[in-house]
Amino acid sequence: MCPRNGDWEVGMLDGLTKTMPVLAADRISKSFGSVPVLFSISMDICAGEVHAIIGENGAGKSTLMKILSGFHAPTSGKILLDGTEVLLPQNGETEALGIVLIHQELNLAEQLTVEENVFLGREITKAGVLDRTAMRARVQEYLDDIGLDIAPTDRIANLSMAQKQMVEIVKAISRDARILIMDEPTAVLTQAETQLFFRQVERLKSKGVAIIFVSHKLNEVKEISDRVTVLRDGQMIATLDASDLTPDAMAQLMVGRELSDLYPPLSEVDVDAPVILDVEGLGSPAFRKVAFQLRKGEVLGFFGLIGSGRTAVFEAICGISKIDSGTMHFDGKPYQPKTVADARDLGIAYLTKDRKNKGLLLKQKMRPNLTLFALPKFTKRFGLDQAGEEKALDRAMRRFDIRARDPNVNVEDLSGGNQQKLLLAKVMEVDPRVLIIDEPTRGIDVGTKQQIYHFIAALAAEGVSIVVISSEMPEIIGISHRVIVMREGEIAGVLTGDEINEAEIVRYAAGLKKGPDQ
Amino acid sequence: MTPDSTTNAKRSRGFKFDLKAAGPFVALTILCVIGYLLNPAFLSEGNLTNLLTRSAFIGVIAVGATFVITAGGIDLSVGSMAAVISGVMIIVMNSALDTFGGGLTTVLIGCGCSVILGLGAGLVNGLLTTKGKIEAFIVTLGTMGIFRSLVTYFADGGTLSLDFAIRGTYRPVYYGSFLGLPIPVWVFILVAICGWFLMNRTAFGRYCTAIGSNEAVAKYSAIKVDRVKTMTYVIQGFCVSLATIVYVPRLGSASASTGVLWELEAIAAVIIGGTVLKGGYGRIGGTIIGALILTTIGNILNFTDLISNYLNGTMQGLIIIVAVWLQRGEWGRRKTTTP
Repeated sequence: MCPRNGDWEVGMLDGLTKTMPVLAADRISKSFGSVPVLFSISMDICAGEVHAIIGENGAGKSTLMKILSGFHAPTSGKILLDGTEVLLPQNGETEALGIVLIHQELNLAEQLTVEENVFLGREITKAGVLDRTAMRARVQEYLDDIGLDIAPTDRIANLSMAQKQMVEIVKAISRDARILIMDEPTAVLTQAETQLFFRQVERLKSKGVAIIFVSHKLNEVKEISDRVTVLRDGQMIATLDASDLTPDAMAQLMVGRELSDLYPPLSEVDVDAPVILDVEGLGSPAFRKVAFQLRKGEVLGFFGLIGSGRTAVFEAICGISKIDSGTMHFDGKPYQPKTVADARDLGIAYLTKDRKNKGLLLKQKMRPNLTLFALPKFTKRFGLDQAGEEKALDRAMRRFDIRARDPNVNVEDLSGGNQQKLLLAKVMEVDPRVLIIDEPTRGIDVGTKQQIYHFIAALAAEGVSIVVISSEMPEIIGISHRVIVMREGEIAGVLTGDEINEAEIVRYAAGLKKGPDQ
Repeated sequence: MTPDSTTNAKRSRGFKFDLKAAGPFVALTILCVIGYLLNPAFLSEGNLTNLLTRSAFIGVIAVGATFVITAGGIDLSVGSMAAVISGVMIIVMNSALDTFGGGLTTVLIGCGCSVILGLGAGLVNGLLTTKGKIEAFIVTLGTMGIFRSLVTYFADGGTLSLDFAIRGTYRPVYYGSFLGLPIPVWVFILVAICGWFLMNRTAFGRYCTAIGSNEAVAKYSAIKVDRVKTMTYVIQGFCVSLATIVYVPRLGSASASTGVLWELEAIAAVIIGGTVLKGGYGRIGGTIIGALILTTIGNILNFTDLISNYLNGTMQGLIIIVAVWLQRGEWGRRKTTTP
């Protein structure tokens, strides 16, 4: 049942019983195909409450949110709205019921004004002409209401991330949202913006809006939420009052799982293995004072939340973006990549996490994709060695077990797992000495995950140095010799041996603990 | 998947009739049949040679445009570029006449000047697009205006004429022939072969396709995106200079109306040929056929009173729209349903 709530201004809540949850999930389960992802989850949310959902990646948080907002239908279980069972309309048309999901990637038209965005699709018209005065006045009302200091005529593109987030919320309120579901709203916000954002959340609370909020930042969860629900591996662990929990206790609840043989045994790195990549004092707008060493045959895990700068660091190391300060040595020699080709020619290869937008040419076949990164290798005196490319494709399909019903399909028609294996094969064509893999298993099935982990381990055993960047903690723990945790653009801690456990990583990532040298 | 089914799939590839790829060729054949039915003289040797020669200008320029468009760019300045290069060539040759006479040297100076100007103009377009980070459409719209007004200025609003002493030497480049084919046709064939090889058999062509498909992927795949894109404009400039070199001796003059709308004809030829306007898929062979189709339409209209010759543009426009509409259809390709 709902905890006692403060006296909110009645207005948006006509006919609502204060003690009844506005939205409740009753033993919700969900499977995708034969893969179960949620097991009998029950939770509820009351008017004027902030309810946080925490859990590791893959714990089922986003699936749960999508079910609560009608993007997915539950496989079994009920959803109760105001105490009555409802079938939420799919494709996210739950707005009419007052349930609004705010995605992490905001859904605003950048070149339109605040007013135009808020009324997009349901503009007020007078005799077929837009009634701008009326719309502007309404938007101004909303803005005043939540105390947001922007004008209805401001263009979205000129606003800060926090302001954009607030415009999303205004948009939701203007559609009479009673239940706001927010996916990591603070991930892209700075500290100051987060505080601003929290003030608006407090105001919404006082108006009786129910807010479900997902975050990895446990300090923030403690600060803003009334109750916390912890998910782990699709199971509901507990729902507790936030006042009874410390961030440390939350981290404890989130972890605690046996690692299965999903992960291969790692061979130890030689004690005297040479340092192949030595990075010192690296800085750019996205990160500061990054320093680490990578040894031959080592698998170095890089963990951090979204926006912690881990990807930015390695994009700089691979010559994709520029650094402002710091030095790098590769194999003992000073290393200053100007282009991606410079890095590649030395044997440093980066496998992007964004395989659909930065990794593969989706509308092309496998062969040009496979050889694109290593194309100079396939160039004979005049022109391309097409027979060589064909052989390379045969070889890669065997080595990486890429399954396609026809080698001439477009890459977009391959499954996610096969695309990921093709991407891996693509960067392996240059025989890298340092392989940097960003999110090696994003959006792929467990079987393929296992293949990729075993491949990484085998490669390390051959003496290739590997950096694995991931936000999946079990993965980082399962395949790394050493783990570096990044937080807000800096290295928060370096973990070795027994220190590599989930609780410890969460502490560093959430800023509860800092490395000795910080 | 077993190895057997893999090889089977590979083998079957050759037998598939790809209407999308063969479309432009089918269209050209139909046009020729129509031309012949309307007037048997259409297929006479004289007319065919004439047709090929006429296609050469647009064809050569369109080969360059195929690279630009495949890499995701566009060049609107080619017509004006051809005009200004013709103008400057004529001025340079006329002034070289006193020193070097009306012989080969003067013509070579003119040609050299044309190549330098073409490469330079292409480089400017390319650098403004890549280093200047201005959209190609805007850059080349700008240079289009600049080039066009420059030629008007050089000609003082009138016409620049090549001195008759030089015309005699230069004339064979357009009117002469080699092994029965006019010189412009040879240039066209040569440019087409080089272009096809560059596009389909070299890393550069692969890079153009990759950049046009997805610039981010290209960048992450260690491709020097800016350099490759700039190169496509330089190639385009070079093609324009070649086309100009064979064009100048035809009339021996240049004016503000030289090369008007060539950019659109070149782009049309590229698109009719099956290259995708937003980049990522380029077909040199298709471009050649596209250029031939455009010229053939005009030629057929000349041969018949059925449709007024003034409607040439209408017919070309219709063909372009129909060609693109037909390419949109996904024949012989299983429709992929998005989840």
